[in-house]
Amino acid sequence: MSAVSCQLSVAMKVSLFVTCLVDQLFPQVGLSTVKILKKLGVEVEFDVRQTCCGQPAFNTGYVEEAARVARHFLEVYNDSAQIVVPSGSCCAMIKVFLPQLFPEGSTERRRAKEIAERTLELSDFLISVLGVKSTGARFREPVTYHDSCHLLRELGISSQPRRLIRAVEDIDFREMENPERCCGFGGTFSVKFADVSAAIGEDKVQCVRNTGARYVIANDVSCLMHIEGLLRRNQVPVRTMHLAELLAKFDD
Amino acid sequence: MIRISANTQAALADQKLQRNLRQTLSKTLHSRNEAVSDVPNWEELRQYARDVKTHTLSRLADYLLELEGKVSEQGGRVIWAETGQEAVQFVLDLAHEKRVAKIVKGKSMLSEEIHLNESLERAQIEAVETDLGEYIVQLATEAPSHIIAPALHKSRGEIADLFVAKLGMAPSQDAVEITKTARKLMREHFLTARIGITGVNFAVAETGTIVIVENEANVRLSVSVPEIHIALMGIEKVIPRTSDLAVFLKLLVRSATGQTMSSYVNFLNGPRRNGELDGPREFYLVLLDNGRSKILADDFLRQTLACIRCGACLNVCPVYQRIGGHAYGSTYQGPIGAILTPQLRSLEEAPEHAYASSLCGACYEVCPVKIEIPHILLRLREKVQGEKNQKAAHLPFEKLAMQVWAWVMCSPSRYARLGRWLRILQKNFEENGKLKLPFPPFNRWIKHRDLPALPARSFKELYSSSEKQP
Repeated sequence: MSAVSCQLSVAMKVSLFVTCLVDQLFPQVGLSTVKILKKLGVEVEFDVRQTCCGQPAFNTGYVEEAARVARHFLEVYNDSAQIVVPSGSCCAMIKVFLPQLFPEGSTERRRAKEIAERTLELSDFLISVLGVKSTGARFREPVTYHDSCHLLRELGISSQPRRLIRAVEDIDFREMENPERCCGFGGTFSVKFADVSAAIGEDKVQCVRNTGARYVIANDVSCLMHIEGLLRRNQVPVRTMHLAELLAKFDD
Repeated sequence: MIRISANTQAALADQKLQRNLRQTLSKTLHSRNEAVSDVPNWEELRQYARDVKTHTLSRLADYLLELEGKVSEQGGRVIWAETGQEAVQFVLDLAHEKRVAKIVKGKSMLSEEIHLNESLERAQIEAVETDLGEYIVQLATEAPSHIIAPALHKSRGEIADLFVAKLGMAPSQDAVEITKTARKLMREHFLTARIGITGVNFAVAETGTIVIVENEANVRLSVSVPEIHIALMGIEKVIPRTSDLAVFLKLLVRSATGQTMSSYVNFLNGPRRNGELDGPREFYLVLLDNGRSKILADDFLRQTLACIRCGACLNVCPVYQRIGGHAYGSTYQGPIGAILTPQLRSLEEAPEHAYASSLCGACYEVCPVKIEIPHILLRLREKVQGEKNQKAAHLPFEKLAMQVWAWVMCSPSRYARLGRWLRILQKNFEENGKLKLPFPPFNRWIKHRDLPALPARSFKELYSSSEKQP
């Protein structure tokens, strides 16, 4: 087993925002994130008051409701350490959109901006802050990677997850055709235009299948829930896995 | 009211459409990407073009007046039209005054926007589209499904069938035969039409030059053979200087078709001058507002008007790739149509356009003038909800749901309680770890996808119990 090539010289503390979807539906993603961070010697702070970033309302045009939830978020993270989020779209919500919810010059906007500055998506944090080469994970199955849109286009993150995946021992990483093409989820788009959303998702599933991979990896459980829902409905023998779950495949 | 959601199922079920979209769009996208990767300073050019557009839009009135002055100096006449109806009326009046029975048209989305052909037909003036793609949709009595490739939804075979049925072409699937048939008919029209109508890609304020990009020479003939040329342009098409064209043409052509340069670029400076052998005797430039100045009024949304109509955002859009152009039910389709339509018309008339997107952002990535389409969609969604809420007699259901959701999310204890309740309630709907919820919005999810049941314990519960362990 390869050694973890990151030893922290100074004590590092992060505040984890797991996101509401991970908390309620995919707790193993949160647990994996904690497992990775702890192994790397990072102290993890978890504020149990956390709920949601406000993204569902914001993306649907309900700005007042989004701002109300965002205010709660600001309260929870006001004095937090560096925030780490295992989700591209929630991280984009915090970093890009949260400050816009409040009027220019307001205290809330200033606080939202400060929080945005100390928030990072998990893979970005591992690479850019910790300089991680490998988490020491080992996985023998063929995997492929889907670029979640907000992660890729709002945050500009595409090489970090790939570097971490390639560093997994025994991994068989296969790029799919058009990995950067949307999976069709799109938040409430997935129910407002359900048939279009599913049709776009089927294109993604086809690209995944063409690689022969057994797992499709991404950084956003919402995209994965959509893709997995299609895979299962169509009885495709491929499963989804969040990047954190893959990177946490090492013995405790 | 346009309802895109009512059109999607038919589009998705149309196998021919699906095949045509897949084949054509992947090719166009590939050419575009190749052509763009050839330009090392592409990003710099995008920013430059955007800056020029931002500047121009910030003092649009000045540049339009400068343009009017230059066009007038060259013997052309400028017509200011506030509405589509005014522009149409001008064309009708001129045609009547000059006793014109036939008009040839170069492709112009603006003329589609103002439904010029329908008005001409009602006035019994024959209008012949001379761009092959546009001619095809005219023959089929359809609307364009793509802003630069109007007949993109049709395969060669379907076009051949149409030509056999409508033009008496001898049965053939050969593209050359199809083109020859159109060309032969077109020559006759060019020689007998007395007005040529075209769109405008760019209008240079400092010189009064109208620039039109094309590949078939039909525009060149439309502006040189008939005795009258009418150019229709939206007021946003003006650019300050000739020197900026180098950048804009490079961006436009590579983004649109993946060519390094289009086959023809027409630079037109007013009517024929003394001693010149061709060109129109009269030149009219229609400057159309039709809702554009309303868009100009908003500092953020204004960038919508920077669009140079390359169509790249349509080609790359996963939604457009699946539903095609007609499903949008509007003149402009795809991502640019989604932001332009509700602004040009009204949110009330096009309430779904801003929602017909997964917000993936691929459109912004390819936009040669960096229009922040996804962020504009978000702003428009906000406006749609604001208007809806204001006009509704009672609280709309979705608004109520969002309010309840926010109320829950603002309180960790309510949030935790809801999670616990859902875990109990879901037992009535659970089957093999899947939820079968027969009510909206979940039934719409479940129609195509499995929905996982909530696991026994949330992360918070699992985490706090693991932390308590020694």
